[in-house]
Amino acid sequence: MNAAAPVVLEVKDLHAYLYTRWGVVRAVDGVSFALREGETLGLVGESGCGKTMTGLSVLRLLPEPAGRIVQGQVLLQGEDLVTKSEAEMRRVRGRRISMILQDPQTSLNPVFTIGDQLVEALRMLYADAAPALSHRAEEALRSVKVAAPEQRMRAYPHQMSGGMKQRVVGAIAVAGEPRVLIADEPTTALDVTIQLQYLTLLKEIQARTRLAMLFITHDFGIVARMCDRVAVMYAGRIVESGPTRALFRAPRHPYTEALMASVPRMEASVERLPSIEGQPPPLHDLPVGCRFAPRCRYVDDRCRREYPPTLPVGPAHEAACWRVEPSPPSR
Amino acid sequence: MARVEERIDVGFGRSPAAEVSARPGPRRDLARLPWASFFIIVVLVLVAVLAPFIAPHSPTEQSLPDKLRPPAWQEGGSTTHLLGTDVLGRDVLSRIIYGARVSLIVAAAALLAGGGIGLMVGIVSGYLGGRVDSFLMRVVDATLTFPTILIALLLAVSLGQGLQTIAIAITVLIWARFARVVRGEVLAVKTRDFVALARVHGCSHLRIMAIHIVPNVLNTFMVLLTLHIGFVIIVEASLSFLGAGIPPPTPSWGQMVADGRSHIASAWWLSVVPGAAIMLVVLAFNLFGDWLRDWLDPRLRQV
Amino acid sequence: MLESGAIAAEPLIRVENLTKHFPVTRGLLIARTTGQVKAVDGISFTIGRQETFGLVGESGCGKTTTSRLLLRLERPTAGRVLLDGQDVHALTGTDLSKYHTRVQAVFQDPWSSLNPRLRIRDTIAEALVVNRRVSKAGRLERVEEVLHQVGLPLAAASRYPHEFSGGQRQRIALASALASDPELIVLDEPVSALDVSIRAQIMNLLKDLQARQPLSYLLVAHNLATVRYIAHRTAVMYLGRIVEHADTESLYRNPLHPYTKALFAAALPADPDAPRDDMILSGEVPSPIDPPSGCHFHPRCPFAMEQCARVEPALKAVAAGHVVSCHLY
Repeated sequence: MNAAAPVVLEVKDLHAYLYTRWGVVRAVDGVSFALREGETLGLVGESGCGKTMTGLSVLRLLPEPAGRIVQGQVLLQGEDLVTKSEAEMRRVRGRRISMILQDPQTSLNPVFTIGDQLVEALRMLYADAAPALSHRAEEALRSVKVAAPEQRMRAYPHQMSGGMKQRVVGAIAVAGEPRVLIADEPTTALDVTIQLQYLTLLKEIQARTRLAMLFITHDFGIVARMCDRVAVMYAGRIVESGPTRALFRAPRHPYTEALMASVPRMEASVERLPSIEGQPPPLHDLPVGCRFAPRCRYVDDRCRREYPPTLPVGPAHEAACWRVEPSPPSR
Repeated sequence: MARVEERIDVGFGRSPAAEVSARPGPRRDLARLPWASFFIIVVLVLVAVLAPFIAPHSPTEQSLPDKLRPPAWQEGGSTTHLLGTDVLGRDVLSRIIYGARVSLIVAAAALLAGGGIGLMVGIVSGYLGGRVDSFLMRVVDATLTFPTILIALLLAVSLGQGLQTIAIAITVLIWARFARVVRGEVLAVKTRDFVALARVHGCSHLRIMAIHIVPNVLNTFMVLLTLHIGFVIIVEASLSFLGAGIPPPTPSWGQMVADGRSHIASAWWLSVVPGAAIMLVVLAFNLFGDWLRDWLDPRLRQV
Repeated sequence: MLESGAIAAEPLIRVENLTKHFPVTRGLLIARTTGQVKAVDGISFTIGRQETFGLVGESGCGKTTTSRLLLRLERPTAGRVLLDGQDVHALTGTDLSKYHTRVQAVFQDPWSSLNPRLRIRDTIAEALVVNRRVSKAGRLERVEEVLHQVGLPLAAASRYPHEFSGGQRQRIALASALASDPELIVLDEPVSALDVSIRAQIMNLLKDLQARQPLSYLLVAHNLATVRYIAHRTAVMYLGRIVEHADTESLYRNPLHPYTKALFAAALPADPDAPRDDMILSGEVPSPIDPPSGCHFHPRCPFAMEQCARVEPALKAVAAGHVVSCHLY
């Protein structure tokens, strides 16, 4: 990846908490990353790790009033989104940053046609009159490879397959030509052959528009195919981040290592799949020290007492673990 | 395909999983109980039960020299008749107290009967589906299209006036509403995997309905019951107002409102007091029902 | 009744030409049948004892309907399902009761598989209660036994489902299936709704259970890696038909049917340097209401020939235990 590409989105020490009757849930607890133009960053983790909350925080879409960003900055092309007003955010969403969600069923309104929904989205962005907007909508459908767009415009969501719905959702998301696209598990609900079509489409769109993508997923196969860089989240924090190849070849955080080992591979057959015992800690009652300590096979006293700092382990590759030795200089 | 849900788990054996919902926490805060509603309902029940002990006079005792006395705080009123007397000299307060009995008994009987029938029909219809469902729902539709009061009047006229008749009339009116809503809930519960698994375990349809379906629609059913109490009380009052309800001299709030119509300008308390009682009780039950639905609902969704 | 010699040879489950068509109706007052959804269109396979049979395919291929047919949750339009030679759909009375204790299931969604109003022990013991096998004390003992087998503490028995996580609930669902000591458990996407690291736990558990007792699984899944890890033999379904089936190793090392190849190619390997021989299929999966003629896959097949549109290819054995339905072979 071209490291000289400008940074489009920078998240600095983001803390987003949820105030519930069981306590303060520290969903995002000090997350930092940078996204460059044309680059795809994968945000990987299991449910409850905070990856979806991170995506929502960037767009200031946390459930209110329980959810709040308590600290940190989200810099979109230099502007801090955390300090913007809701009115200002409305101009940002869909136009400069967009989001695709997991379930195509609930992303589209079932009582309006596809055409209506596309035109509605486009109306926010362009001052054209209705016929011109319709035309733009058809173009948008064409750009996501929906065949016979003129007819599809009049179709209702329930008349379309999951894959087609996700394309429409994608069309709406990129209609405003955003600089950043956050995709939260967009293919989890799709068949595997359709998934491949869709991911290929996203890549094409990205190549065409130099879009920066934050791809939230739990599937390492998708990460390997789609992402230039990966950040692994656990219990609200990023425990390891680095270039995809480096992370896959030599994961440095025990959680990354254990997680990858526990995923069955299609390419080879194994006798036994190592699994990670136990469960992640409850986010409202986090332990002192490393949060993975209770489940880590390399744990020692220091891990339990103090949360490890994020240390470099390779070029642009870092991990938050005491075991890590800083990488030797000049590789 | 799998839906990977962001659930924030709070561990095993302690409080239920904290689901991130868009609604604020305080809504489910137990400190916001509807104390006013509770109070009114408790008072109503006590009044009805203890009527013979707390009513200052007999509700049917006439005393023509005392007729049309205003309430105690107005000029001409006295403390013997706190809320005044009606055109036959009967004590309004005592009639209100005894009238509470009528309202409660009718409400309870009609709800239990109507609710019970509606529950059973809803469960059978929703669970069995097919032709049984179609048939039962057509019957429900037909019942719901009949104008409420008209039916009640017809029944009252043909069966004669009395507590029983009113209870029957109201039962006939409301069972269909329950059946419809319960059926909807059953359709939703039916699709859940544990029902299919029950069949895999070899459960009979009867067992599935009793053990798997009914307990899971009870919450909705109970809320529906409380929300209908107000409706039932008003129907009874309306029927009595129209003269098709409880025959005199047994006092009924609706009848009292009717009786006081001709004296609205001069003896306002004859209609206004029972009217206010109806309003207060219906409001209390509605608020209680609303609260119950909110209180039960999010917990339902967590499971 | 078959003699003991024949029982030993007869596989636990034999499915013969199983077919399930759902009528499509229109009209409000009078329903007219305007078509058929051919969910399962004549499939045959066997499951042996202590064997896991994997059924893979994408949505609409009929694998879930197949599992429901085996569980008697649907009646077949044609064909039979035989358990030890007996037609499962013709069972009544005590035979039916027995069937329910021998064949159990675990479904995909841990959040809807348990009745929220019942305590765990009541859910687990249900098959025993209904089929009247054991006394109350015996039931409690069995509940404790299976809880232990699935790795849950005994204290779980008196609790309610909402107190458990997704992975724990699937264990409870599994315990519930094990209670009657079944010979076959139908697993319909047992791990796809679980977190990645929990999946391995459950899959290992399934394997361990099978090693210790005579237990077979019908594993219906769309995740190919999961199936490879557990299944001994695997069949690939497309639009209601089995297009290929073989020993799992054989199938994965050497997929023959073009759809199987595309399916495998679409399962992205967790390796950024893996070669990308993408077989991107054109179009959507056609609807099972109006499947294409001849070989159902021909409109999307990169190797389609003229006869593929006319003639449905027969299932042919191409190698030992490896059967495929394609005109290329």
